[in-house]
Amino acid sequence: MHERVKSQRVGTKNILHTSNMSQEAVNGVPCRGKVLTLDTMNPNVKRVEYAVRGPIVQRAVQIEKELREGAKKPFTEVIKANIGDAHAMGQKPVTFLRQVLALCSYPELLEDNKFPEDAKKRARRILGACGGQSIGAYSASQGIECVRQDVARYIEKRDGGIPSNPDNIYLSTGASDAIVTMLKLLVCGEGRGRTGVMISIPQYPLYSAALADLGAVQINYYLDEDKCWSLDIKELRRAVTEARQHCNPRVLCIINPGNPTGQVQSRQCIEDVIRFAKEEHLFLMADEVYQDNVYAEGCAFHSFKKVLFEMGPEYSSTVEMASFHSTSKCYMGECGFRGGYMEVINLDPEVKAQLIKLVSVRLCPPVPGQALLDLVVNPPQPDEPSHTTFMKERTAVLAALAEKARLTEQVFNTVPGITCNPVQGAMYTFPRITLPQKAIDKAKAGQVPDMFYCMRLLEEEGICLVPGSGFGQREGTFHFRMTILPPTEKLKIVLQKIRDFHQRFTQEFS
Amino acid sequence: MFDTCVLKFSQYSSQSRYSSPSFCHSVDGTKMTENGVATRAKVLTIDTMNPTVKKVEYAVRGPIVQRAVELEKELSEGIKKPFAEVIKANIGDAHAMGQQPITFFRQVLALCSYPELLNDSTFPEDAKSRARHILQSCGGNSMGAYSASQGIDSVRQDVARYIERRDGGVSCDPDNIYLTTGASDGIVTMLKLLVCGQGSNRTGVMISIPQYPLYSAALAELGAVQINYYLNEEKCWSLDISELQRALDEARQHCNPRALCIINPGNPTGQVQSRQCIEDVIRFAAKERLFLMADEVYQDNVYADGCQFHSFKKVLFEMGPEYSNTVELASFHSTSKCYMGECGFRGGYMEIINMDNEVKAQLTKLVSVRLCPPVPGQALMDLVVNPPQPGEPSYANFIKERTATLSALAEKAKLTEQVLNTVPGIRCNPVQGAMYSFPSLTIPEKAVREARDKGQQPDMFYCMKMLEETGICLVPGSGFGQRDGTYHFRMTILPPTDKLKILLTK
Repeated sequence: MHERVKSQRVGTKNILHTSNMSQEAVNGVPCRGKVLTLDTMNPNVKRVEYAVRGPIVQRAVQIEKELREGAKKPFTEVIKANIGDAHAMGQKPVTFLRQVLALCSYPELLEDNKFPEDAKKRARRILGACGGQSIGAYSASQGIECVRQDVARYIEKRDGGIPSNPDNIYLSTGASDAIVTMLKLLVCGEGRGRTGVMISIPQYPLYSAALADLGAVQINYYLDEDKCWSLDIKELRRAVTEARQHCNPRVLCIINPGNPTGQVQSRQCIEDVIRFAKEEHLFLMADEVYQDNVYAEGCAFHSFKKVLFEMGPEYSSTVEMASFHSTSKCYMGECGFRGGYMEVINLDPEVKAQLIKLVSVRLCPPVPGQALLDLVVNPPQPDEPSHTTFMKERTAVLAALAEKARLTEQVFNTVPGITCNPVQGAMYTFPRITLPQKAIDKAKAGQVPDMFYCMRLLEEEGICLVPGSGFGQREGTFHFRMTILPPTEKLKIVLQKIRDFHQRFTQEFS
Repeated sequence: MFDTCVLKFSQYSSQSRYSSPSFCHSVDGTKMTENGVATRAKVLTIDTMNPTVKKVEYAVRGPIVQRAVELEKELSEGIKKPFAEVIKANIGDAHAMGQQPITFFRQVLALCSYPELLNDSTFPEDAKSRARHILQSCGGNSMGAYSASQGIDSVRQDVARYIERRDGGVSCDPDNIYLTTGASDGIVTMLKLLVCGQGSNRTGVMISIPQYPLYSAALAELGAVQINYYLNEEKCWSLDISELQRALDEARQHCNPRALCIINPGNPTGQVQSRQCIEDVIRFAAKERLFLMADEVYQDNVYADGCQFHSFKKVLFEMGPEYSNTVELASFHSTSKCYMGECGFRGGYMEIINMDNEVKAQLTKLVSVRLCPPVPGQALMDLVVNPPQPGEPSYANFIKERTATLSALAEKAKLTEQVLNTVPGIRCNPVQGAMYSFPSLTIPEKAVREARDKGQQPDMFYCMKMLEETGICLVPGSGFGQRDGTYHFRMTILPPTDKLKILLTK
């Protein structure tokens, strides 16, 4: 808890002091202690938290082990509804994508007539773009050139013709990689000049983790739960104005569709955010990894890039922006491949050169992930043999997600003490839970109340969720994030169990 | 005014100190300009960006390679050059230079990617059995699921068994294995944990000169202090403990030395350290309380007679509990080198020895933020540490391919040393291992002057000329570090033998 406060302050001085003191201990006294201890390690790393794989998940993994070893539990399996991992929850890969990947891995299969021509054609093209025609060669650090060209064309098609320059595309090891790289470039300064980065509360905790690691100042702007987690410019302005007193706000991060909220921002809102970023001189980071995951009627994905350009040159030639996409979500769910890209807009050319240099140190993103991304942005077309199956599979996955989104909202809203906003998009629900005061008091002794709640749920039902405290929430409110990914039948059972648990829990602490 | 501050700092490339408060001024200045004057300046400029990133250099893909890529483009557009192709002998990328992947590995990877192929009779049973084993360890039996952040459990177990076999039975705990996105990822993560402190307490990290510039780049980015220890060119790039001592003692005056990095077999030097030397280094690290980082990605690439790979872990344990219970060590391996050359898969691991438990928890937490290393790379690593065994259908072919690749490399290592040593002005140490030669160059005084006039390092000037005249892309020694007044270049020995012969002639 106190760590969170520290991470919002500018001062690393407290931590450094600790470090200095340990240092004297080591120098002054003949010490048999280790070189690398909690006291002598990088203090920023200690401030990093990542709830999606945090303590509750570690406990879940332990329980799974206990189950395997024959321990008796009130359940036979642990349901990991903590992480947006579709395949782990039974979603099937898209056939075409895996066929091409197999062909790229073992090109002898190009002679095999079991594979459709369009898959072979894509594989040949990808291999032709690889050193020595092998996906085992390093690629250019910015990513395979023809893949970047395909990404640019995809963006143009998506955005109604607005041009995309392949030179502004950087392939990355998942979207996380590119997000961290951009933040790394942006964060500098000391004391009151330290870079501040605006992030939504709630947010996907990669952002808070990266800011802690970089020693940046985290500037929280609260999404409006009562208005379906929408973004309010007034709140952005409040946050940035307050922040200017103690840091140098330079960046605004937004996740759309939202994680954990599932909110899909309106076009008007996106315009307002862009206008705000320009007024306040902020670098915009638009995390759009869920761009195909839009379910609610009346909602549509509007890319920040598109809206920016539709606002005319006053904005489109000045606002600096990076947008991020990934192969981990949408209908593909190919998390393990670590594919992703970012598009940078209006980036200073000298900074661009620095960015290229920076990514070169890690050589290149994984080539299988780059190949996969190429297929995502260049899928089977209507006149191609794989098109029908591809569309069928894609539609089925997205329709199932939409169904589960609706079901989840519906069921949770029948539970007294649970309020669930519509899951407009993405892959999660982030319902608000009312906790009895007795439970809050009991928890406060050692745990954040929603962690206490979620731990109980895990121990009693084998369902692993992530407490809202891991994402951020308004003081005094509690939430949890659950994925909507388990297969529909299993999801129904999970929802039921949570409903029953909540009722029991409320009763126990009444 | 601000620009001067920026320029001054960008010249401090390798002796990077912790960033100076002068950058504060730049940032404040920008702010004042913003508030005081209606400005059209960008948010993110060279002056307002993270200053440590500016100090980063990575020569292996630096300016000379950018020029090489430009030349390739010009060639593809039909422009006439004194050469028909650019030969990228700058980077340790075996497949790009024509080396073939190992059949078995690619078969298993194809099976893992598209499990329908498990019904295909053209694949051998041992490949199918590995694929099933890997898929069963994946969420939803799919490589598309995230794995545990430390890496797939069964792969880590296989890695531990590999290490035990390699090290003659010295036990290995899978809990100490972290799979990574290439070895680079593990190396950077460890350095991140290690670097802290301010001013004269800032963490110092000892690295060899010459070194693989991932290290200097990571140290620059982290704002750590780089402590150079010079390898002995006259003695085949061997490591001298008295030189380690000299470097350390000098460094203690201005920083807090805490880590010692060593690459064995060496990059760029190709040197394979003797067992005695490794023992001495361990003893030194124990005595001086340094965290040891042993980069062993070339462990199968040993060519010279009388040379052998000795893993730091093995030697450490053979030195008895006084050392094996105390010395903190991280060793790194990768799927990018050896006989596999699967750079694009970004597979790797590190083994952590004697790490403090609380720090280990922090490490586990840190790697969780990036979710997991690429699963195809993890699968590949599993095959590398668990290859076909005698009696399995793929064994004969596997050994044949592996042997062919390694002996070709040994042949090319010898050829390279031989040919380069016939050239007056070039002196090449034996390429005992790894994938590179790092010969020293005598550059005529006139050329040195012309280079300086151009603002270029003399060996960069030399390499640029070579590139423009012959299309051969090498990396100047200045990119790796070298003693003042000496010049080198690093060239890979990877091109196919006949092409290599032509290259060496040129």
